[in-house]
Amino acid sequence: MRVYGTEIASRLLLGTAQYPSPAILAEAVAASGAGVLTVSLRREGGGGAAFRELVARTGCRLLPNTAGCHTVKEAVTTAQMARELFGTNWIKLEVIGHSDSLQPDVFALVEAARILAAEGFSVFPYTTEDLIVGERLLAAGCEVLMPWGAPIGSGQGLRTPSALRAMRAHFPGVPLIVDAGIGAPSQAAQAMEMGFDAVLLNTAVAKAGDPVAMARAFARAIEAGAEAHAAGLMPPRDMAVPSTPVLGLAEFG
Amino acid sequence: MTFSVLGAGVAGLCCATMLAEAGLEVEVIDSQPDPQGASWFAGGMLAPFCEGESAPAEVGRLGRDAADWWAARVPGVVRAGTLVVAPPRDGAELTRFAARTEGNEQVDAARIAALEPELAGRFERGLFFAGEAHLDPRVAMVALIDRLRGMGAALHFGEGAAPQGQVIDCRGLAAREVVPGLRAVRGEMIVLRSADVSLSRPVRLLHPRFPLYVVPRADGHFMIGATMVESDHDGPVTARAAMELLSAAFTLHPAFAEAGIVELGAGLRPAFADNIPAIRYSGDGIHVNGLYRHGFLTAPALARQLVADLTQSGEVRHAS
Repeated sequence: MRVYGTEIASRLLLGTAQYPSPAILAEAVAASGAGVLTVSLRREGGGGAAFRELVARTGCRLLPNTAGCHTVKEAVTTAQMARELFGTNWIKLEVIGHSDSLQPDVFALVEAARILAAEGFSVFPYTTEDLIVGERLLAAGCEVLMPWGAPIGSGQGLRTPSALRAMRAHFPGVPLIVDAGIGAPSQAAQAMEMGFDAVLLNTAVAKAGDPVAMARAFARAIEAGAEAHAAGLMPPRDMAVPSTPVLGLAEFG
Repeated sequence: MTFSVLGAGVAGLCCATMLAEAGLEVEVIDSQPDPQGASWFAGGMLAPFCEGESAPAEVGRLGRDAADWWAARVPGVVRAGTLVVAPPRDGAELTRFAARTEGNEQVDAARIAALEPELAGRFERGLFFAGEAHLDPRVAMVALIDRLRGMGAALHFGEGAAPQGQVIDCRGLAAREVVPGLRAVRGEMIVLRSADVSLSRPVRLLHPRFPLYVVPRADGHFMIGATMVESDHDGPVTARAAMELLSAAFTLHPAFAEAGIVELGAGLRPAFADNIPAIRYSGDGIHVNGLYRHGFLTAPALARQLVADLTQSGEVRHAS
């Protein structure tokens, strides 16, 4: 997958929150083969240097995020701070519309994306599957879209598969990363089979009984899904189709 | 041989206590005039089973005998278990918690009402950890200080005291410069006083984003804790943290809305990358650190291990 001129080898992007410890986080990242990690900033502020250093030590590219921001101003300020602290123009842009549902405020999202893109940021917007919002984000300067699978942390998987399929078809050639709501490796595989470019997840790995094993399981599922998509999936049929012809076979007894 | 314990937090006081009990000469030095730091803001839950939800098994093992240790030395250790509940829509969190922990039993609404009458009708199901206990950290720390003085130990608070013997560094984050790999995990807590609510044991309210515990203390006081933020910022409690803690308390019992806010406190927990405490022997001394959110739970076992190390070798063990 190529995003903002950078080749990303792994199709799994991981969050860094809620792990039992930074040590287990590092192990899970290694097991997953993830090349990009997203790190929150809003709450930790400048005081999280020790944790940032532990995350940086994984060798992964860091994608700071604006999780916890509810307004355009908060998100823009947090992104600017992230650029200072992490030394990167990459920003995963989240503007939360409701503190309970954590649904993105797509109006504020487009506005913040426009401001940040103009300031030279490479914006990774956390959005819904809405096609017009996607178009507005691209017009604002985004070169990648990150639609939700389901609400953050819900583990429901792809809640609206048909809408996601439509989005994939509507934006050929645009990198699309399913972000949020993935609870099981099979759901991640489903997204990849549908032709999405990558999957970003956090809770399903961080809060697993064994985060390291779960990270590995997700990596395998995503690889399988991507390979299946590339190989060409057979379309479902209404009727059975025998794999060997039955007509003309000898009948015994 | 005198042992100079640096830091009068829970790690230092437990180490000093075990050294003194082993008949060794000990002094405690803390640069602050009053107790503060992470221990002062702790919840005081002796919960080796509940903590197993996210902590490594080693932490539960270290904490298995903590309640016995404390009960033998300080007043106010309550062995009434821990109750874990979740709002109806977060029932999945309860299932997850049960699957990740040992030592619990499923309880229904009737049993919850029997355990905590004030919570009657509020929760349909929960988990009860009968084998857990709690204490008031501030009462326990003051009691250990008195006990150490009674055993003849010297305690120096405030600037100026220089260590006279073999240093055992229990300073938590203040030792960051000399203990590699130590980081801060900020915690915020609130103390409420309510005449309307009464609880017999710590109650944990599960929530996917704001897990919270309420620990009852004397005279209608309740400690509401605690946030976990990967930050070494030691400023005052943020409005966000206060709102999260208070709204979770309100979810547990609406009468907390009328409680008085007695204290808003923030502290920095010292932690290693694996969140497991450790005794480290290095060239410049012995370091007991990284107790993270498990100070009162693991300090007794660490202190016991320290004294065993020191007495087994016949003399002070140095860097290896």
